[in-house]
Amino acid sequence: MSQSIDYSAFPNEEGHFGPYGGRFVSETLIYALDELQSIYSRLKDDPGFQAEFDKDMAHYVGRPSPLYLAERWTRELGGAQIYLKREDLNHTGAHKVNNTIGQALLAKFTGKSRVIAETGAGQHGVATATVAARLGLKCRVYMGAEDVKRQALNVYRMKLLGAEVFPVTSGSRTLKDAMNEAMRDWATNVDDTFYIIGTVAGPHPYPQLVRDFQSIIGREARRQSLEQAGRLPDALVACVGGGSNAIGLFHPFLTDESVKMYGVEAGGLGIETGKHAAPLNKGIPGVLHGNRTYLMEDENGQIIETHSVSAGLDYPGVGPEHSWLKDIGRVNYVAINDDEALAAFRKVTKTEGIMPALESSHALAYVEKLAPTMSKDQIIIANLSGRGDKDILTVAGLDGITV
Amino acid sequence: MSRISQRLNQAKASGKKILVAYVVNGDPFPQATLPTLHAMVEQGVDVIELGVPFSDPMAEGPVIQKGHERALEHGTSLNGTLEIVKQFRATNNTTPVVLMGYANPVERFGYAEFAKAAANAGVDGLLTVDLPPEEVAVLKAELDANGLDNIFLLAPTTTVERAQKIAAHASGFLYYVSLKGVTGAGHLDVDAVKTKLAEFGKLTDLPVCVGFGIKDPETAKAVAGLADGVVVGSVLVDKMGAQADKTAEEIAASVGDIISGIRKAIDTL
Repeated sequence: MSQSIDYSAFPNEEGHFGPYGGRFVSETLIYALDELQSIYSRLKDDPGFQAEFDKDMAHYVGRPSPLYLAERWTRELGGAQIYLKREDLNHTGAHKVNNTIGQALLAKFTGKSRVIAETGAGQHGVATATVAARLGLKCRVYMGAEDVKRQALNVYRMKLLGAEVFPVTSGSRTLKDAMNEAMRDWATNVDDTFYIIGTVAGPHPYPQLVRDFQSIIGREARRQSLEQAGRLPDALVACVGGGSNAIGLFHPFLTDESVKMYGVEAGGLGIETGKHAAPLNKGIPGVLHGNRTYLMEDENGQIIETHSVSAGLDYPGVGPEHSWLKDIGRVNYVAINDDEALAAFRKVTKTEGIMPALESSHALAYVEKLAPTMSKDQIIIANLSGRGDKDILTVAGLDGITV
Repeated sequence: MSRISQRLNQAKASGKKILVAYVVNGDPFPQATLPTLHAMVEQGVDVIELGVPFSDPMAEGPVIQKGHERALEHGTSLNGTLEIVKQFRATNNTTPVVLMGYANPVERFGYAEFAKAAANAGVDGLLTVDLPPEEVAVLKAELDANGLDNIFLLAPTTTVERAQKIAAHASGFLYYVSLKGVTGAGHLDVDAVKTKLAEFGKLTDLPVCVGFGIKDPETAKAVAGLADGVVVGSVLVDKMGAQADKTAEEIAASVGDIISGIRKAIDTL
């Protein structure tokens, strides 16, 4: 399969990962993407830029995030040792901030005075509003009107941070529509606006630069595993909506052939019901939001509504690099249903005293299946990509409780 | 020579400006489209741009987005759009029809299958908003093989170098997006259009039509004076949406009225 692949050579110059990725946008945006690409290729190896990124990661985000051995949970499952990569302990409570800091620095270096973002669960919106506040940039966050309702706490957090939250009422009123609206804003205000995309999707070079910023997760985890366990892990598990926390964990391990990888999509009510958000499990390749990738669509090529209990995974597409990693067989993509994710949310909260985000709970639910099939001397690293505080109202609602 | 080139040459020879009009197939309901297309032709439209509805029309402003949503509520598809063109061709064999839409429905149809079916239906060209020259090669080969024109956008942000590359891929005509933004936006700057068109005009023999943000006879006239023609869309789609409860004939007549006003204005040039 993937033996001799040089993963660092992807994407190619045109932004392709095999047949995926690329740049499928209206002509108005091409100039902005060219500009971004040239700035990024100049700055990514620039010592000054890197030093500022590293400094912010250490002193503002609080990195490195711990790699925590979940002993009690491991004992209960009776199989592989489970380590949690604690992205939930980052400033703002999720992995999203790694990328927003990187992109906000790009905005700063390019002299743009305004940033925009799309958000689903609100974690990326909060992370963007946070860095915008710190750098004194104007900030508007596009959020599907449905998600504005589901994630009221994050909406208010963004407003407190000085961002304008713009509810999007077109289409299915979720993340995909927020992304459409952000693209429209960018096309209109391209001169002074930097679009901070929150995941490894979108037109080239976004999937590449978001991956590069998020890869700090995997670089740390690799080092920490060697330091703490004396060896590399046997398996990595991460949830996949757009796929930024998963690619961030996976990418630095891709050439380590002994490390198996599992990307966990949102199975919603079950992938056999059609009510899910699992394009890699049940979709087909197509074109949306500037890239070619696996999508959930009907027989006429219209994008269909997705379903997941977690707003952050409720997206009909996925980053193009994941589509490619699926096709070449390097990563296994599986699905976890709403009820399984909710059970894992409760389990890890009670067993480890760590309340995971519902997104991350999908990865943890898969760990519950995987760990018992492995031996006690084996190691799993699961990406605990965000904390669950934002989901308390959702869970309480499912319990029939008004908080 | 393609039906598009024939018609555009004709217009040029007679010293007239080209009027391109955009409506969304199936908007506000499927029966409205065919009489509207005929009414637009009667009132002086040279080229019909028929929108293929898509769930995620990224480059459209709110007016045309709503048109796409209305059409999709009635189950309008790419296949159904080809069927409408076929019906249009039953009584009109001279007015060029360009389909305008997004890549995914065409991908799902299959590039080769689409090109063949479109040519059979009487379609003359395709404008795929999200397929820039870098990503269009495979589709373009199929369009070429079936005698279909590939229409491309030029934008205010397009560099001269890039415009050259685009012009080399294009046939039929070039569509200049008059402003940074989405369809139907309200900040058209005629002087800026003038400057940019002067640069691009030297690069190509293809006619250049200008669209996005043209909402009345006055702006149409101002912009048409700088180019070979104008494209109107949002103002028509807005009218159609507002009359969703009227009959197909009433809708067609009201769209025809708008076209007639714009035609008269640009014919004074």
